[in-house]
Amino acid sequence: MIVEIEALTKIYESKLRVVAVDGIDLELKQGEIFGLLGPNGAGKTTTISIATTRTLPTSGAVRIAGIDVVKHPAHARRHIGVVPQFNTLDRSLSVYENLYFHCRYFGFSHSQAKSRSLELLDQFLLTERKSVMPSQLSGGLAQRVQIARAIAHRPAVLFLDEPSAGLDPQSRLAMWTAVEGLRNEGITVLLTTHYMEEADALADRVAIIDYGRVLALGSPEKLKVTFGAQTMFDFKLKSHAALEPLLSRLKARQDVTSAEATADGLRVIAPTSDGLLPDLVQAASGFGLRDLAITEPSLETVFIQLTGRDLRE
Amino acid sequence: MNSTTETGNRGRGTGIGSGLTLRDSYGSAIFIKSFFGLLQRDLRVLMREFVPFLLRVGMQPLLFLFVFTFILPRMGGGNPMASGGGVDFGTIILPGLMAVAIMFSGIAAVALPLSSEFGITREIDDRVMCPLPLWAVALEKVCFSAMQSIVGALLVIPMAFYIPAVPVHADLNRWFLLALVLVLSSLLAGSLGLVIGSIVNPKHIGLVFSIIVVPITFLGCVYFPWAKLDKIRWLQVGVLFNPIVYMSEGLRAAVTPGIAHMPWWAILPALVLFTAGLGKLGLRGFLKRVLT
Repeated sequence: MIVEIEALTKIYESKLRVVAVDGIDLELKQGEIFGLLGPNGAGKTTTISIATTRTLPTSGAVRIAGIDVVKHPAHARRHIGVVPQFNTLDRSLSVYENLYFHCRYFGFSHSQAKSRSLELLDQFLLTERKSVMPSQLSGGLAQRVQIARAIAHRPAVLFLDEPSAGLDPQSRLAMWTAVEGLRNEGITVLLTTHYMEEADALADRVAIIDYGRVLALGSPEKLKVTFGAQTMFDFKLKSHAALEPLLSRLKARQDVTSAEATADGLRVIAPTSDGLLPDLVQAASGFGLRDLAITEPSLETVFIQLTGRDLRE
Repeated sequence: MNSTTETGNRGRGTGIGSGLTLRDSYGSAIFIKSFFGLLQRDLRVLMREFVPFLLRVGMQPLLFLFVFTFILPRMGGGNPMASGGGVDFGTIILPGLMAVAIMFSGIAAVALPLSSEFGITREIDDRVMCPLPLWAVALEKVCFSAMQSIVGALLVIPMAFYIPAVPVHADLNRWFLLALVLVLSSLLAGSLGLVIGSIVNPKHIGLVFSIIVVPITFLGCVYFPWAKLDKIRWLQVGVLFNPIVYMSEGLRAAVTPGIAHMPWWAILPALVLFTAGLGKLGLRGFLKRVLT
């Protein structure tokens, strides 16, 4: 196992005692893309910070390539590449120099660093922008440079913390392609995200975490099957009065898993929409149906079933 | 949160996962290479801005010498500054100005960049992720700043020979003491920069200049020798807690031995102690900032 996280906890003791990580156990296989999925404040970033030697755990251990990151941080860092949430490119250096000096920091000679940097510029389609300063780059491009820089020293594990935060949809797709490309290089990737689509599209395996704990672990497909991922119908209704009879009628149906009132209407969860949708629409129209959103079985529905709350809160 | 956890990689990496043994065979050599990589990056950035750098370190001593040792003496006896300073004023302030140059380089090279790297840009993150202990990342900052301080201090010497109306009595024969004092003072200034850069909130960095940097400079025996403070005894004792005093007096002992100065055996240990104390404080602040 290239990454081993054992009984990891992190408690911030201040005026308010915050348990950011509450006993996480994870193991990553060489070469896999692993998604850490959870809402903001679930403990994703703290877990990554500990694994990348920037935060000390309260208890537990993390080993990267067999090296304990708390006991031997400097040693472990040679096997770690990090793309943080924010742009941390060296503002005083050009794109090429950012890559070149990163290589030098990791012990590359001048010629090794030079050829590796040129190779990366080519791989990430950045050659034209080699002399540009980071402040002139768009968010998507800066992110690409950060990924190139993070893998420049050929780390065993790449940590991506919320890689698509603040990216436009097009840049996000480009980033996904770049991450997919890393699979061919045998780099293990651990990414955190609160976008279900991202985890679904990229990750071989996913851990859903909330309140610092792993709630579910497995491939996206397996999670959907295990947790009986179902279709979710969200109705926006004009009138909320006297919903109760409708709710109990729906709950009584064989093909409905659950039905509950929400802030602006009604949420129904069911294994399939076949045959159900017309009935639902008809029932809801009596309450002034304004909008209907249908979420197909996905990690998102798994998450909501596990935690009872939306991910993007 | 101490540096002991950061020192564990000195030994060679052995017995870790298969397939990685080859990479680890270069062991601790990477530590040195990484350190020099950081230094090289800083040099590259400095070289790109070399003229602004020279102006930054040279302007203040240049103007100071020009006004106080060139203009004022020419104004003649009617000017209290000129007569008060006497013929030796240039000689008195040469080491003082070198100390100021060292001080300001230390702060400009460590405190200001650090405070912005810790602040909005978080550029420090990439350095922190280098394969070397965090204390070495901080040490690199201090060493690089010390190099700038030495250049800044040496720049004052030719100015002091050409600008003053009355010749300056400098003696550069005590080069060994000069080198020692220069290096120690520069490391001290870098450590002070580290303390300010890592402890002070970036928003308050301007305030720190006014309430700490300026007072310790003015009361740092820059413009007068420490021995002459004997008429104001409380001040003479009080300034002993000011590290700049030992920088000025050390340079006085090395460059202008003709002027009354502290003995070297008092100066050198004081410089070492202040460097160690400030270095430790700065490192603690640095670790606190990068390691949560």
